[in-house]
Amino acid sequence: MKVIVPVKRVIDYNVKVRVKADQSGVDLANVKMSMNPFDEISVEEAIRLKEKGKATEVIAVSIGPQQASETIRTALAMGADRGILVKTDGEVEPLAVAKILKAICEAEKPELVITGKQAIDDDSNQTGQMLAALLGWPQATFAHKLEMGDGKADIEREIDGGLQTVEVKLPAVMTTDLRLNEPRYASLPNIMKAKKKPIDEKTPADYGVDVTPRLKTLKVTEPPKRQAGIKVKTAKELVDKLKEVGAI
Amino acid sequence: MASLVIAEHDGKVLKDTTNKTVTAAAQVSTPVHVLVAGSGADAVAEAAAKLAGVEKVIYADDPAYAKMVAEPMEKLILSLADKYDAILAPATTNGKNYMPRVAAKLDVPQISEILKVDSPDTFERPIYAGNAIATVQAPAGKKVITVRTTAFKAADATGSASIEKIGGAGDPGISKFVSEELSKSERPELTSAKIVISGGRGMQSGENFHLLDKIADKLHAAVGASRAAVDAGFVPNDYQVGQTGKVVAPELYIAVGISGAIQHLAGMKDSKIIAAINKDEEAPIFQVADYGLVADLFKAIPEMDEELTKLGY
Ligand SMILES: Cc1cc2nc3c(=O)[nH]c(=O)nc-3n(C[C@H](O)[C@H](O)[C@H](O)COP(=O)(O)OP(=O)(O)OC[C@H]3O[C@@H](n4cnc5c(N)ncnc54)[C@H](O)[C@@H]3O)c2cc1C
Ligand SMILES: Cc1cc2nc3c(=O)[nH]c(=O)nc-3n(C[C@H](O)[C@H](O)[C@H](O)COP(=O)(O)OP(=O)(O)OC[C@H]3O[C@@H](n4cnc5c(N)ncnc54)[C@H](O)[C@@H]3O)c2cc1C
Repeated sequence: MKVIVPVKRVIDYNVKVRVKADQSGVDLANVKMSMNPFDEISVEEAIRLKEKGKATEVIAVSIGPQQASETIRTALAMGADRGILVKTDGEVEPLAVAKILKAICEAEKPELVITGKQAIDDDSNQTGQMLAALLGWPQATFAHKLEMGDGKADIEREIDGGLQTVEVKLPAVMTTDLRLNEPRYASLPNIMKAKKKPIDEKTPADYGVDVTPRLKTLKVTEPPKRQAGIKVKTAKELVDKLKEVGAI
Repeated sequence: MASLVIAEHDGKVLKDTTNKTVTAAAQVSTPVHVLVAGSGADAVAEAAAKLAGVEKVIYADDPAYAKMVAEPMEKLILSLADKYDAILAPATTNGKNYMPRVAAKLDVPQISEILKVDSPDTFERPIYAGNAIATVQAPAGKKVITVRTTAFKAADATGSASIEKIGGAGDPGISKFVSEELSKSERPELTSAKIVISGGRGMQSGENFHLLDKIADKLHAAVGASRAAVDAGFVPNDYQVGQTGKVVAPELYIAVGISGAIQHLAGMKDSKIIAAINKDEEAPIFQVADYGLVADLFKAIPEMDEELTKLGY
């Protein structure tokens, strides 16, 4: 069974972004970039499936600029077998990403695609679901626990009210939530080995997908800023203040 | 044309995230119709019919919708999509689950978690954990939108819409609900509570959350948590407030033993009043707090409890 893991190169989660003065976007110059944290969780889960003998091959796919190959290398160093880089500069919307992934799935015929539940830059939370719909496959979003069965998988999901388990027929798409696993760090020998693993380079045109954004970003602005308020000295003073302003 | 709001409910009760989505929908396209997909959810359909500004409730009563499994939901919504130029759902775990499928099948981008409707095709939405707000314009054609409900007022219950009952649109049979384990609580829901008190890693254990429970009971507040507190197993996953958990904007948010990481702030910084209790005066949470108390929570929280008792809470 093949597993495909789409990995996105995003601004590191520790970086606080700054909006550009001309409101055209956020400043990404010289900012630290990393693999989307949810995608690390996806890679980890895929590798565990391979270690348990459930998966035969793990393929990491990234759609983005040349530097996205570094993100694929990270996945390879963690234990993925090979990579596919679909090269494009500029913004790619989830629907276009999903269309490219669909074409890759049709060629590679995986039994499972594991995406992150959201990318921490755009927070769209769409790609996996869109891919599943385009392929006519079932999905299990916000995965908390995966149990592989015969031609099916039971997946426990994090939902607003608690946890929910769904059963999906394979092939399927799963999107990962924070507590599915704790991703490993790549060891030095594995980082070296990863350098020799193959990465195929493609373009969206190879898959016949037009990636021109459909949404027009008119401007990007700063949210209203909160001012730090006052310090109180005691719990009593806190309660009194809250009472005074009618908050309790 | 018209807009269609997909109702959020638990089979018995209509959630107020629906009321708020109706408000957003009325700014995008009118009249507003509400789709109640459920199984034996008559009470929900009746509640939806009372929402001001709703012209019609479409009630699809079928076992396939009892748990809003994504694949049958996709089929149902697509079967109705022709008549609408906008389809909206609250950005709950349900809405986030089925809506992108609908968008993909309609071959349109989804506009996620809108905060504001600038015009019927232009919306504001948060990106980068709410550290930037993007104003985006949708292309011509149908709009598929999820709504950050904390940013919209709830439609009130002064309406009287008609209810049209329809059957199911079929279940593709590739997925099924197995079981669920829901957190039980007598307290208000995190996303609609007027007061939220959240604990972080500083709480040290799940047991200690009882300190917060006591205050919550007095103030009719919901209890939330940081990711660190959830990861450590102090409280269940549905307590998590933040970029990748729940977004809340209550009248009062009390953060206890929470440092104030970007990802946490993303989920609560639109609260009207923020109070923070932390023993580290440098904690970033104080940069957004209206009232900060630098103190050991194990001393401050019992004291706060006592003060509230004195005041008759
Ligand atoms: C200011 C601004 C506003 C925007 N607003 C919107 C908007 O409202 N709606 C919209 O549809 N788009 C919007 N976009 C476009 C945005 O760039 C794309 O949505 C984004 O590249 C993909 O969304 P995401 O990564 O948040 O997807 P998500 O659906 O959050 O990503 C989930 C998962 O999909 C996979 N994935 C996503 N992208 C890739 C990739 N390139 N390569 C490999 N795997 C990937 C990963 O596994 C990831 O974990 C906006 C862009 C900008 C700059
Ligand atoms: C992909 C990703 C997504 C994330 N999503 C979220 C999210 O949705 N929500 C979220 O909350 N986090 C999220 N995080 C995690 C976030 O980065 C922080 O790690 C987390 O919020 C820290 O939780 P905390 O404040 O409870 O813990 P800490 O940062 O460890 O802070 C604990 C605080 O408690 C104080 N304290 C300790 N003991 C006491 C005491 N006795 N009395 C008073 N104060 C005390 C300390 O001074 C400290 O400030 C995410 C991270 C990643 C990478």
